[in-house]
Parts: sequence; structure tokens; C-alpha cells
Amino acid sequence: MWCSMEKDTSIIVKGIGKRYKIGASQERQDTLRDLIVSQVQNLGNVFRKGARSKKDEIWALRDISFDVKQGQALGIIGRNGAGKSTLLKILSRVTDPTEGYGELRGRVGSLLEVGTGFHPELTGRENIFLNGAILGMQKREIEARFDEIVEFSEVQKFIDTPVKRYSSGMYLRLAFAVAAHLEPEILVVDEVLAVGDADFQRKCLGKMSDVAESGRTVLFVSHNMSAIQRLTQESIVLEKGNVLLRAPSGEAVDFYLNRGLSKVGERYWEEDEIPANSAPFKPLAIRIIDKAGVVSDSVRSVDPITIEIEYELLEDITGLRVGYYLLTTRGEPVFTSFDIDSEELFKEFTSRPKGVFTSRCVIPPQTLNEGRFVLGINASSYMVRRYFQDDQALSFSVDASGAPGTQWPEPRPGAVRPALEWTIDQRGRS
Amino acid sequence: MAEAKTLPSNQIVTIKPAKGWLGIDLQELWHYRELIYFLTWRDIKVRYKQAALGIAWAILQPVLTTLITSLVFGYLLKVDTGSDLPYPVFTLAALLPWHLFQLSLQKSSISLVGNSNLITKIYFPRIIIPLSSVLAVLVDFGISLLLLFGTMLLYKLPLTWTALWLIPLTLLAILAALAVGLWLSALNVQYRDIQQMVPFLQQIWMYATPIVYPISIIPEGTIRSIYSLNPMVGVVQGFRWALFGGTPPDMTLLFSSAAVVVLLVSGLFFFRRMEKTFADVV
Repeated sequence: MWCSMEKDTSIIVKGIGKRYKIGASQERQDTLRDLIVSQVQNLGNVFRKGARSKKDEIWALRDISFDVKQGQALGIIGRNGAGKSTLLKILSRVTDPTEGYGELRGRVGSLLEVGTGFHPELTGRENIFLNGAILGMQKREIEARFDEIVEFSEVQKFIDTPVKRYSSGMYLRLAFAVAAHLEPEILVVDEVLAVGDADFQRKCLGKMSDVAESGRTVLFVSHNMSAIQRLTQESIVLEKGNVLLRAPSGEAVDFYLNRGLSKVGERYWEEDEIPANSAPFKPLAIRIIDKAGVVSDSVRSVDPITIEIEYELLEDITGLRVGYYLLTTRGEPVFTSFDIDSEELFKEFTSRPKGVFTSRCVIPPQTLNEGRFVLGINASSYMVRRYFQDDQALSFSVDASGAPGTQWPEPRPGAVRPALEWTIDQRGRS
Repeated sequence: MAEAKTLPSNQIVTIKPAKGWLGIDLQELWHYRELIYFLTWRDIKVRYKQAALGIAWAILQPVLTTLITSLVFGYLLKVDTGSDLPYPVFTLAALLPWHLFQLSLQKSSISLVGNSNLITKIYFPRIIIPLSSVLAVLVDFGISLLLLFGTMLLYKLPLTWTALWLIPLTLLAILAALAVGLWLSALNVQYRDIQQMVPFLQQIWMYATPIVYPISIIPEGTIRSIYSLNPMVGVVQGFRWALFGGTPPDMTLLFSSAAVVVLLVSGLFFFRRMEKTFADVV
């Protein structure tokens, strides 16, 4: 009765929703003792007429409906916690929806994370077969593509070495190579392009567009807006578990980036936007402040630009560094900076006590070119733990008026516009 | 062509909320047979990868256990084997299927949690995980079987055609381990108490199985029947009979097999019911 799917439709979902019990991390019934305790509490609740229901639950996704035509590449964009990963998990059947219905035509290959199932003790060769099988390839298919996979990964020399001896770059290349040679009818890709060096990323993007051009359906989740625009024709924007917009990718990316704009140079994190595992670090706000000390979405290149990150530490943290990366709207990094980069602060803040902090950074005048920039924030203890990361924390505009070279109205390529010192000498004169 | 055979490209997969108790989808399991093979192969490969003695452990473990039990129960406590069998052979014949069962149980009960990275990222029938961890133990068993035959040769005990019964008996042991493994692995996803419990469970189970003592010390009648509900009683008695003759353990085997069927069917249903939430809770 539901098989109303048309021949050229690849994915169709209707009213998909996924409900999680919240506080799962704290109230998880991980041990029998917890179970017994909670059962006793529930027993008490029975008399209060199901008091526990509604409020301990959260809808990670609600009423999601869309369809994808065969051979179409659809981008999915949204902030952390918007429900992107949950949606992909449902589409790749890792988890079941709580409500709704969907149909997929053909084999779904999911690259929710490359290298899934890689075993460190096994050699590269062995892992290709194992990983291929896990991703749903037949042994014959893997054998037929083995040489191609090895060549793509560029680890020929180490193919019989256990992957635990690989560098992280080699490991990722091999993992991506296997995944990239999977040929499902529907390819689900999440964030894989965040890995590897620029060269390898280019190779990956090339492979992905091959997949899309060969008539397969691609679902692509990424924070890399330029990759979204290059690889997909259409995108959907997710926010808080709902589809806000479906539009041609250029339009969707603009819409998404400009949602930061409505926040006028300032962003507060709401409880449900903070992943549970970021504790004891809790982001509070990030803001852009202009020369006059006013929070602003648009700042001038010739003025100093202040970036403030406000956060709370629920416990003492050792080795914490809080910083940001500045990116163009196309996703190209401009620079990265952390609050304890300098020697003095590094020594002073080896450990931070619990409490509320503000890390403030001033970008000197004459640094940025005109255009729109995106700030991603990162709070981590180097080599120990990443507490929190939001690749699209906030976006802001820089106005170049008055900057060097603005006597000509043409746009200048490049993300930075430093005031540089030139000298001009004429030959034969001093 | 190859593609068309495995999964037609126009096959429609449906996504909907899971409801109720579902049976096991054998057709789907068959489709994933290569994954079963590769995961089994991985478990075997990895188990002895960084052990200096490698696969020799498959021989050493039963040898050492046989030596210890022979010393304690055979030599010091002078347990009567109920026949003229030398104690080491008597106990080794029981230790082999027991080790198969014990190791399968141990591996399968933690298998889902140990493979949580797969469960949270890729779809495949979850039963493949405990299944392949049980199958991987078979290799050890095969090797240790050679040890048994060698020991029998040493004691000049003949090997007869009844030894072919070892095949269905081994299958029974595997099914028993899988049945219990299904229950324990699914429960362990929710309650990590299970993995703490398994060593004790194994110890109790071992003493509830006629390994170091003969079944003749268990009173016949109702008590013996209840005792035989332990699947391993049937397997162990079957092993001894198939190798050394004597009266066939008809009733014991019947009770044990019935217990396996009940455990396995209920285990499959329980597992299928729980698997819907594995990715969310593991």
C-alpha cells in the first residue's frame, strides 16, 4: 500500500521522527542497581499518573519529510545538534525512527565515519577486506577493486604492515579509499572531508563528484559550505530537528549562514545545543565587538576587532585552551588562534578553576579583507580531550572602507588585507 | 550480474518504527554470510596476533587445565571416574566441549559492547556479532581435538565410528553457547553487570557439569532429569560415550537438547527485540 514510490525516486521519507530519553547520560540505567532504583521510582509515579513521560524525552527529529530523485546529490546543513546525524543514522538503518515511514531504493552505503571496523592489529590488506565486508561489499567486488583501492590510498609500501603502525594520515587515506570504492545506489556521507591534507581532500571531492555523476544518489552532510555548493544541487537546512528550508544549495547556504546574522554579532548557546559530553566545559556565548565596544555583526577592517568567548567550567580543567578558527564562508581557513598561545598566559593558565571565564582576542586593524567570515570555536586539552567544538559558532562581515587600496572600487581576492609597507625606487636615483 | 544476485538495485528497503517481537530473517542472514565469515576470521586472527605463543594456546589451555584437575581431583582427591578410564582422558574429553562452550560464552557476551563502533555506524543484522564470536572459537576447538586424539593414542584407546557423533554434539554445544550468548550479549548492552557476572556464571556452570566428576554421583530420577536440563551435561556425556563407549546418554541428551531449543528460540526473540535499541544505548 505504501509502495507508491515512483521509478525515478531514490529516497522518500514521510513524517520521520526520533525521540530520545534525555538525561540519558546521567540517568542511564547502566547497572541493575539503577534499574531497580528507577523501577521503584516509576512505581511511585504510577500513582501520579505517568508523571515521568513527556519531560524526560526529547525529539531529536520531528516530522521530517522529503524525497530525493535518483542521481541527485542532496546536501544537509545545520548546526551541531540540529539532527543531521540522527537523520543519517535513520536513513542508513543504524537506528529505527520512533515514528514515520521511509523507503530507499537499493543498497545504502554509509560513510558515517570512515575506518569503521578497522582493526589496529590487522594489516592494511586485511583491513581492506574486513572493512569492505562491513560496508557491504562482496569479497569478489573487493578483490576486483583491490589494486584500485591501494593505489587511491597511496599506502602501497605498507599494505602488509599492521595499521596500528600507520600515521593518522595513512590510516585515514586507506579508510577513505575503501569507502570510496564502495558502489552503492545511495551514498550517505558525513564529514569525511574534514580529514587529510588539502591534496587528499581534493582527491576525495573528485571521487565524490564521480559518484554523483555516475547516476547514484548522494546525501552529503558537511560543515564545509563550499563543498556543499560544489557537490550538491539542492540542500535542506535542519534546525532543532525540523526542516527549515529546502532550496538550491547556493540559496540554502546563504540562508543558513545568514541565520547567524539575525543574532547580530552575538550567539548564546542554548542547553539543547550543547552536547552532553562537552561537560565540564560549557560554552555560554561568543560575540564580535567593534572599536566603540558595541556588539556588532559588521566591523571595519581598519579598526581592531574583538572576539569574546564566554564559557563556564563546571570543574577545574588542566591544560584547557579555548580558541577559534576563522574561516571564509567557503570554508577555507584563514587562521587559528588559542587563548594561551602566548608564553605568559600559557604559564599562568596551566590549570583553570571552576567558574565563568571570558577569553578575549583582538584582531589588529588592517588584517581582514572585506567579506563575510565564519568563526568556529574549539575548547580542548591538547592530546587529552576535545571538550567542545562548533564549526559555525558565528558569522560576521568585514567592511573594507578606508583600507589600503580602496581608492579602486574593485574587489580584491584573498581573505586578508594587511597594510604592507612598499618602497619604490627609480633606477639611477637615490 | 554480481550486483543483481546479491541485492537487486531496485529493491526497496523500508524504514519504519520497530514494533513487537520479530522472528529472525534467515534470508537476510544468508545475504550477509560473507560478513559473518570476515568477522569470524578477524576474531581468530586478532586473538593470537600479539601472543608470543600464538595459536599454541589452543593446545596449552586444555593441557594445563587437564594437568591441574588431574592433580587435584584425580590424584589428591581420588575421584572415581566410574569406569576404568584414566582420569586425565576422562576429564580431557569433557574439558574440550566445555572450553568451547565457556570461551564462546565469554566472547559472545561481551561481543556487542566490544563492537559498539560498528553498531552505531553501520547497519547489518546484529546477530552476526555474537554468532561470529562463537564461530571463531571453533578453530581452537578443532586444534584441541587433535590433542585429544593424540592423548587417546598415548593411552592406547581406540577411536571408533561412534566418534562421528562428535559432530552433532559439537553443534549442540555451539547452539547452547549461542543461545546463552544471545541473552547475555543483549542484556550486556543495557546492563554492564552482565560482564562482571559471566566469570561466576562460568564457574558455577562448570561445577554443574560432570567434568571433574562422573555423572553417576548425581542421583537418578527427578534430580538427574533436572540436572540434565543443563545443556552441557548432555554434550559432555555424549562426548564421553562417543569416544569411549558405554551406555548411550539417551535421556540426558534429550533433556539437554530440549533445554537448548527453548534457550535458543527465546534468545533469538529477545535479541531481535532488543536489537532495535542497541545503537541508541550501547
